[in-house]
Amino acid sequence: MIERFYARLAESTARHSRPYERFHYAYLYILPGLLIYSVFVLLPIGNTVRYSLTEWTGFSAPTYVGLANYRRLFEDENFWNALGNNAFFVIFYTILPIMLGLFLTSLMTRSKLRGMVIFRTGLFIPQVMSAVVVGIIWRWMFDYRGPVNQFLTDVGLSSAVKPWLGDFVWAPYAAGLVGTWVEYGLCMVLFIAGVQSISEDLYEAAKVDGANAWHQFRYVTLPGLQQQMLVAFVLTFIAALRVFDLVFVLTRGGPGRKTEVVSMLIYEEAFEYHHAGYASAMAFVMTVIIVSVSATVFYLQSRQEGAENAS
Amino acid sequence: MRASRSQQLLTYGILTVFLFVAVMPFAGNLLTSLKGRTELSGGLFTLPESWLWSNYSDAWQGARFGDFFINSLVVVVPVVLVSLILSMLSGYAFGMMSFPGQNLLLLVIILGLMAPHEAVIISVWHLMDQLHLRNSYYALILPQIALSFSFGTFWMRAHFKGIPRDLVDAAVVDGCTTSPFSPRNVLWRILLPLSGPALMSLVVLIFMWTWNEFFLVLVLGDSAHRTLPVGLALLRGQYSSNVPVMAAASTIVSLPVLVLYFLFQRHFIQGIASGAVKG
Repeated sequence: MIERFYARLAESTARHSRPYERFHYAYLYILPGLLIYSVFVLLPIGNTVRYSLTEWTGFSAPTYVGLANYRRLFEDENFWNALGNNAFFVIFYTILPIMLGLFLTSLMTRSKLRGMVIFRTGLFIPQVMSAVVVGIIWRWMFDYRGPVNQFLTDVGLSSAVKPWLGDFVWAPYAAGLVGTWVEYGLCMVLFIAGVQSISEDLYEAAKVDGANAWHQFRYVTLPGLQQQMLVAFVLTFIAALRVFDLVFVLTRGGPGRKTEVVSMLIYEEAFEYHHAGYASAMAFVMTVIIVSVSATVFYLQSRQEGAENAS
Repeated sequence: MRASRSQQLLTYGILTVFLFVAVMPFAGNLLTSLKGRTELSGGLFTLPESWLWSNYSDAWQGARFGDFFINSLVVVVPVVLVSLILSMLSGYAFGMMSFPGQNLLLLVIILGLMAPHEAVIISVWHLMDQLHLRNSYYALILPQIALSFSFGTFWMRAHFKGIPRDLVDAAVVDGCTTSPFSPRNVLWRILLPLSGPALMSLVVLIFMWTWNEFFLVLVLGDSAHRTLPVGLALLRGQYSSNVPVMAAASTIVSLPVLVLYFLFQRHFIQGIASGAVKG
């Protein structure tokens, strides 16, 4: 094993004929970061898998139980409920913002706009704000005495007034809409920039071929925005899968378990009920889901870049 | 391209409406933070009757947001500085050198870019407990450096890849070296002066992510080490139901990031739109 490594090392030295290419220095440059990364990220991920096979309170010695935690997870209706809520949030965090962004971008002119810096800066603000602050603000907006209900009363819809985030029917929609509000600006900014980089010739050619507005959108704009849609998708989809702070502040998962998401369940199981083994199993499943989504998109992106470089 | 006048108007109309929707809650929050509690029923966008700055001093002293602010600084500054140095070093190796195991190592580091905090938190909590570091600043600083390392390496790698190799070759001819121990090192002498904008982006992004971090601090920090977002979310007692004081506290929490954002918005948008999700 180690001989093979040295053989390859010597081989690469030979290949890099530049005399200064002491490439083993590369390891020295990576080492400090890799060390701290190993202790606080790599090792913990490995431990999470190990703990997930045990029954463990987090304090006592863990007892090995095999796959029992995963079997229990499979039958745990709270877990499925939480996963379902994450899926529900995908509608609000991902689908709605992307559709809205695409629709609005298609209505806009493709020429460069004056004052775009102001719009871009403003539309992007929700992305840089602490989710806790966003949550605190919207919790008040949706409060029973808050601005939303005040507005409804003012326009004569006082019958619609309700404690939005405490309502069994409406809380998931209200909490979801906050997600839409956070993500739509990101999608708009990405798509506007994308549309402006599509060559005007393509639109001209489409017009010559008799394409109407819908055809132009379908066959020129949409394919031209592929890269931006991929980025918007991965950012917003993962935001929906891992959301924690926003829900923690808005509803704490309530009323009942109506807005409880997987990350919330992991937090409670691990740090409130001290089921650290079971929580580890849940965390591992969540990690597998998220990593496979990002890895797929990462792969698609690099393939697309490769295709662009080749052409 | 010539756009028709009506389409121009429609475009500005749409942008203005959605700009308003994006900014309105923060503007409303700012106004609320200066009102008295009895004025709240008057509506979100009414001006305060008398500008009640005392809401801010109540938040800063009474609700301890001054303490949380200091905790935030004590955590964020070392995380940003150390992450910056570590990422620059490893980004240099990945972007400018080729060595056996490069792709495998890169893949291992990508993992940290994708994995959610939940993947590490239980184990990190236990580790900190064993090291007797739980409820200390170290418990908040060390894991966040490790979690920023993946994005930082990626960011700096992409930057260094964009710098022409000829530049490095020429520098070597002039007597520079890639050795990390030499004062005539290529990284310090040649590359660092060219890396200002890339490093600036990294600084503001890691600052924002660390300043806003909630989950890790919630789990690993006790009330003496709470940073601003956790302090805000867990506020209990007389001020937690006082909407204007909560609004003032929200402004305190978001102001530093907002100021940076307005100064460096291009760096923020480029970084987030690069599509890399930080772990």
